[in-house]
Amino acid sequence: MAKTPITFTLNDVEKALFVDDGAALIDVLRRGAGDLTPKQGCAQGTCGACTVLIEGVPHLSCLTLAETVDGKRIDTTGGLAGGPNLHALQDAFISGFAAQCGFCTSGMLMSAKALLDANPNPTRDDVIEAISGNLCRCTGYEPIVDAILAAAARLQGRSA
Amino acid sequence: MVTVSTFDTMNEAASGLSTGSKYLAGGTIVMRAVNFGDQSFHNMVRVRQPERGIANDTLGLRIGAATTMADVLASRELDFLHPVARSIGGPAIRNMGTVGGNLFAHNPYGDMAAALLALDAQVVMVNGQVRPIEAFLAERDHTRDLVAAISVPRPQPSTFKYAKVSRVKPKGVAVMTISVLLRSGDPRVVYGNMGPTALRAKAAERALAQGSNPTAIDAACAVCTDGLSPAEDALSSAWYRTEVAPVHLRRLLTNGGLR
Repeated sequence: MAKTPITFTLNDVEKALFVDDGAALIDVLRRGAGDLTPKQGCAQGTCGACTVLIEGVPHLSCLTLAETVDGKRIDTTGGLAGGPNLHALQDAFISGFAAQCGFCTSGMLMSAKALLDANPNPTRDDVIEAISGNLCRCTGYEPIVDAILAAAARLQGRSA
Repeated sequence: MVTVSTFDTMNEAASGLSTGSKYLAGGTIVMRAVNFGDQSFHNMVRVRQPERGIANDTLGLRIGAATTMADVLASRELDFLHPVARSIGGPAIRNMGTVGGNLFAHNPYGDMAAALLALDAQVVMVNGQVRPIEAFLAERDHTRDLVAAISVPRPQPSTFKYAKVSRVKPKGVAVMTISVLLRSGDPRVVYGNMGPTALRAKAAERALAQGSNPTAIDAACAVCTDGLSPAEDALSSAWYRTEVAPVHLRRLLTNGGLR
């Protein structure tokens, strides 16, 4: 089987890997780079559990051909926390009970991070739109929306 | 196992296509097929620098085939297509899915292709051929060339209307889409998911040719499913689609698609 060498930056760390022909990015991240935070859900672009940021923009890693990220920057939930300090979104998800089974959480967090990076003061409708490609079968979404708004407020130094 | 052939240009990629090849655009169709073990192809063809972006051309606006739905939303020139692009997937899908790829999306997808059909777009092939989108869609599964771009005339303000009927809020795949161009004397009414590809409701178009007054709207709704062949899938039956198609057309023509 042909292998293609690629290099990319994963959560600020340079990676150089050989990838199989036709391999999806999520397989390379999980099995090749050892980052288990993106989750394989539906494998068809419906659930959003595999969402990662490529060059700061949300992409579905299950539908991304791995060799197309050569030379690019990838961010996953694995890089959100700064050492022992959780990201404001992670803190808000915990304190707001925005995760139950947790399977959708890493995708939700990355969609939310992309939103807050582009729009630090989102409205509730902005948040709903930003996570409209992420399915959650546990929470009913309201705690997740609340948590993202709370994180936005904290990052901006105001109360939610 | 699927192999990947990567080319620098669209022309090289077109010559690299063979039986058993599929062109990889945004990945939302082809990579999904790979994930589900589709055995109908064994090779993916991709291009490092496909045409991406919006430019003026003789017909109106030229949309590079690799232009994403997010690019459409970011373009002021394509403001008439914003409701269509916004209705497709979540942000990640819109960052990946391309306008060119959408032309090949089978039911229940292909919302942009249906809208482009209503706008009388032309499909520019890599070999230089320019084909009306209606003819292109009818033969899309047998085409041996690649799409370079789509040319679309800019509609007069407020003449293009679009509705996506979905059972999941805020976002879900379409039960059907309706795209209408209220062009004097030569309107377009196009349904998505009401046939093997997006299809024009030509009887409804004839009814609206004299204007979109209440009498004409009544006449258009009475015949809007003539000649269509609605999809039967897990979202809804063909019977249901046939029953509600006139209801949604009337809503679109009278109050922008709202109840």
